[in-house]
Amino acid sequence: MAEISIRNVAKTYGKTKIMDGINLEIRNGEFVVILGPSGCGKSTLLRLIAGLEEITGGEIAIAGEVVNQLEPRERGCAMVFQNYALYPHMTVAENIGYALKVAGVPKAERLARVAATAKSVGLADFLDRKPGQLSGGQRQRVAMARAIIREPKVFLFDEPLSNLDAKLRVQMRHEIRRIHNQIKATSVFVTHDQHEGMTLADRLVIMNKGTIEQIGTPEEIYEHPATLYVAGFVGSPAMNILPGTVAGDGRSVLMADGQAVAIPAGFKAEAGQLVQIGLRPERLTLMPAGQGGLQATFLFFEELGSARVYHLQIEDIPMCVVLDEKLTLIEGQRMGIGFAQTALHVFDGASGRSLTRPSAARKVEEMA
Amino acid sequence: MIERTPLLNLATHVILVFGLVIILVPIWLAFVAATLTLQEVNSAPVEFWPGDQLWINLQQAWAQSDFGPKFVNTLIVATGVVVGKITLACITAFALVFFNFRGRMLIFWMIFITLMLPLEVRIVPTYAVAANALTPFQTIMDWTGISWLINAVSGVEVALEWNLLNSYTGLILPLVATATGTFLYRQFFLTIPDELVEAARMDGAGPLRFLWDVLIPLSKTNIAALATIMFVYAWNQYLWPLLVVTDRAAYGMVVVQLSDLVPDQLTTGGGTPTWHLAMAATLVVMLPPIAIVILMQRWFVRGLINTDK
Repeated sequence: MAEISIRNVAKTYGKTKIMDGINLEIRNGEFVVILGPSGCGKSTLLRLIAGLEEITGGEIAIAGEVVNQLEPRERGCAMVFQNYALYPHMTVAENIGYALKVAGVPKAERLARVAATAKSVGLADFLDRKPGQLSGGQRQRVAMARAIIREPKVFLFDEPLSNLDAKLRVQMRHEIRRIHNQIKATSVFVTHDQHEGMTLADRLVIMNKGTIEQIGTPEEIYEHPATLYVAGFVGSPAMNILPGTVAGDGRSVLMADGQAVAIPAGFKAEAGQLVQIGLRPERLTLMPAGQGGLQATFLFFEELGSARVYHLQIEDIPMCVVLDEKLTLIEGQRMGIGFAQTALHVFDGASGRSLTRPSAARKVEEMA
Repeated sequence: MIERTPLLNLATHVILVFGLVIILVPIWLAFVAATLTLQEVNSAPVEFWPGDQLWINLQQAWAQSDFGPKFVNTLIVATGVVVGKITLACITAFALVFFNFRGRMLIFWMIFITLMLPLEVRIVPTYAVAANALTPFQTIMDWTGISWLINAVSGVEVALEWNLLNSYTGLILPLVATATGTFLYRQFFLTIPDELVEAARMDGAGPLRFLWDVLIPLSKTNIAALATIMFVYAWNQYLWPLLVVTDRAAYGMVVVQLSDLVPDQLTTGGGTPTWHLAMAATLVVMLPPIAIVILMQRWFVRGLINTDK
């Protein structure tokens, strides 16, 4: 049980700056997911917490104690690795119990704890097998058990599900959530998969190029992305982005093809400012031509079974609309796109910061 | 590419059988010679079928070469060399791969370059060191003036001496350093995934614990392969034992003893060459390396089958 404070942390390799000025407070018992594309520094941040890499600047505290100088084993963290990192020559039982053996726990107690832990992750029948004789999902369970048995203050997950097939991934995701609810250890989970992030997280941390773009609950991140980057990264299909210029009255945005989109009052945009309008495909509807807020040309659709993704075009800018309804459309047909004012996101063209983000959401983040 | 046609199969088998014959004929001839009497072995057409003197010849060769104690000596030295080589190669490679220190690559290349310097090339300086293993220290102390200082202060003349001639240590130590083994181990250690190292760190295992609990069990196959090669290498040593051992009665090695049985101008002095004894002794000397190869081969084949990948 511990909170983690990451204050102004920087990391450089030689002259390459990986990250700079990272600040993050993780509460006791919280499940935080760090989400970002590969190479954004999310794994590095996790390894800094674990102590596998040295911090170049700033400090990290676990349970109030600054751990910058501590060895991994002294930090009370357990880690689950992407490739499981099981000891190939040891049986499942030996793998799970190795940390206890190193710590000098008496054999009888060790075996009892191994048996109990193995049972809790459904491995009781596999204790005598070698990792080579296990399936991917079972190996992942061994890796989990190996972490659980140490009763760590902090759980670290480094993309643990990315080597599993889709079905197993969902199953293990539930398993991880169940185990977290059971033992309530502070957990940090790194992934590039937004579904994993959205479904697992109490709070999401979106990283890009060594900086944190936004911290918030999955809902906040989805509903009120703070930057253009977050808006484009979270959500599938990705948010539609339309470039435009704020009109002279400041109440609408003019697009390149001359269409104007009315924007809600109460955000600071100056006439002539370059902006990007964001619209989630799920929040749009299709209407006959001439109606709705935007006019577009239909191209084709993708069948998802439960819904369809309709692909349209405004000039040469692609648009997606996700609808449950199965419409019969012809390629090249003009369509209207309808949306509520609340579905509209406006981002500054230069900085990418959100201009429409309601103050309520901002307040929540400040509290956090 | 694996191609399988009857014709190719036949061709490969012919080549294999041919190679086998080339290897086996000398051994067969040695065996035949070991079963003949002195007269038969020296008679004109070379005999191709064994006689009935094998047991007698073996006994005579054994007694004449004093093989009993010499086998024990050689076994001690060969085992010492194998254990020493494996230990040294393992910990050197461990340091080179898993620790990040200044000049790591330089040290690796220096070790690697010694692959090209066999014992024979450095035999004179090695002999000098073996004659007094403390010579380098003596030299350093003389040069830096420490020995003069000690002499001036205490009146004691500094003359360090540690003679390794005529000892197991002297026979074993110069053969222990092995670039081949270090290289083999290094290449194996490089295949160990970083995550495994990190998992061990997270589990609280220190470097030595990691070496002992993870690396050594994983490199069993390597150890078996290296031990086999190095045992045969040490067993067959001739030049070094010949130089470093003057007290042959106490520290003689089998291969040197064997060479005494091989008749030449010097030993026979015009008498009839005793090839039957030399060949009988050869058969005996060959046995331990063959046994080790057969034994270890089964062992590391099992190691290869059991790889957890």
